[in-house]
Amino acid sequence: MNKRRVVITGLGVISSSGTNVSEFNSNIQKGVSGICYIEELKRLNFSCQIAGLPIYKKEYLNDYFNSIQLKGLSASGMEYGVMAGMDAWQNAGFSVNKSNIPLWDTGVIFGTGILGVDKFREAIYKVDNGNVRRLGSTTVTQTMASGISAFLGGMIGCGNMVTTNSSACSTGTEAILMAYNRITNNEAEVILAGSTSDSGPYVWGGFDAMRILPYKYNDNPTEASRPMSATASGFVPGSGAGALVLESLESAKKRGATIYAEILGGHVNSGGQRGGGSMTAPNNEAVQRCIRKAIDNASIQSEDIDVINGHLTATIKDVDEIQNWCEALKRKGEDFPYINSLKSMVGHCLAASGSIESVATVLQLKENYVFGNINCEDLHPEIASLINREKIPTRTLDFSPNIIAKASFGFGDVNACVIFKKYS
Amino acid sequence: MNKEQLLSKLRVIITPYVQNEEGLQNLNENTDFIKDLEINSANLVDVILDVEDEFDIEIDNEAMEKMLTVKASIQVIEQKLKAK
Repeated sequence: MNKRRVVITGLGVISSSGTNVSEFNSNIQKGVSGICYIEELKRLNFSCQIAGLPIYKKEYLNDYFNSIQLKGLSASGMEYGVMAGMDAWQNAGFSVNKSNIPLWDTGVIFGTGILGVDKFREAIYKVDNGNVRRLGSTTVTQTMASGISAFLGGMIGCGNMVTTNSSACSTGTEAILMAYNRITNNEAEVILAGSTSDSGPYVWGGFDAMRILPYKYNDNPTEASRPMSATASGFVPGSGAGALVLESLESAKKRGATIYAEILGGHVNSGGQRGGGSMTAPNNEAVQRCIRKAIDNASIQSEDIDVINGHLTATIKDVDEIQNWCEALKRKGEDFPYINSLKSMVGHCLAASGSIESVATVLQLKENYVFGNINCEDLHPEIASLINREKIPTRTLDFSPNIIAKASFGFGDVNACVIFKKYS
Repeated sequence: MNKEQLLSKLRVIITPYVQNEEGLQNLNENTDFIKDLEINSANLVDVILDVEDEFDIEIDNEAMEKMLTVKASIQVIEQKLKAK
């Protein structure tokens, strides 16, 4: 039986390399890094004092939140998620549901790792001082993980599934697949999918403590994020949000909506923290299986893939990832697809990475380019022995991809892979 | 502080939470926060905290439960101010 076709009709993004889609689209083609030095991290004795932090004027929030919602708002992930989500919603040509009846066929699946950390910090101080009565009504709504889907669902007036998924760094990619499955299963027509990640020392501190962030680039932050490079020395923490409106092809056609790309399918799995997998390292067999299952689910052949948008965080694991793609696709050397990593420009946006990178993936299909990887002129020799140098562009290519595979991998040994196609 | 002054301060505090503008325009002693102003019941606790900050008083749970109308709120505020 043929699956119902699902297309993307709206995009939104908040990142350190652009706080709206057009700025982001332009910056990633030019190789503009959003990584900058953060004084606060130095003051707090972080080894890594740089990050990819979205910067915008606080007045922008007035376009998205009403005065009550803004009162006491102290949840950066909520800001990013609502801005990206509502931008995608409007970009799709939808307006806010002003009627009293929910949109029964419209839902929100918007993931996060942790939400409202700064709000939670305020609450902890009050509670510890015996002042719980002064918390106010917003502590719960800004710190519950599902706060982000709840805000978006309420703003739009959704009557279908409104939920928040969480699977570490594969969260965003997983959200897209959950939305895709819900639409192919005929349970919804439109889903706003995406993910968000808070900024700040309380989110990034744990990674700094694990010594997996680069600490030698505090004076030249734009060179710090070096996926696939011989000198990659850890991932640069980032934050932001990405959002995509997924819609059944019938619904999109009926509305005469602009179609950015089609989703052919995908797969999520876990390595079970067995066979080399652990809380922090992937089971390679599971990664390969996830990619192969995604290809099967999309009913394509591995040679149909023109470009890979990798997870590629700029750690020693990049070599393993390339090896896994080679094995899963049975392609290597000059037969390997082009591959790129957005993390070279925006850093690793953790729970938001999958959705921000999927927005970049969809833009490549729609606007006919393959963005260049920055900071990998010194390609890792083991990667160079697996695939041809030219498959890892260092400048944006004028190339019109038809199919792009996007994968994300997360702590807990979890994997997600989505197959995107140019719409025709 | 007379009743007029209290009412005008209270009006400023509740304004951001009001969802029924007409109710706000007709604000009087008998105005009910939820019925007439359509303030979300979860936000009543925020109104109370703002009142505490504005008047530098502490409103206990018992007093808070009474503060559903303008009249009752003004009474509570007056009592707490006197007790200061």
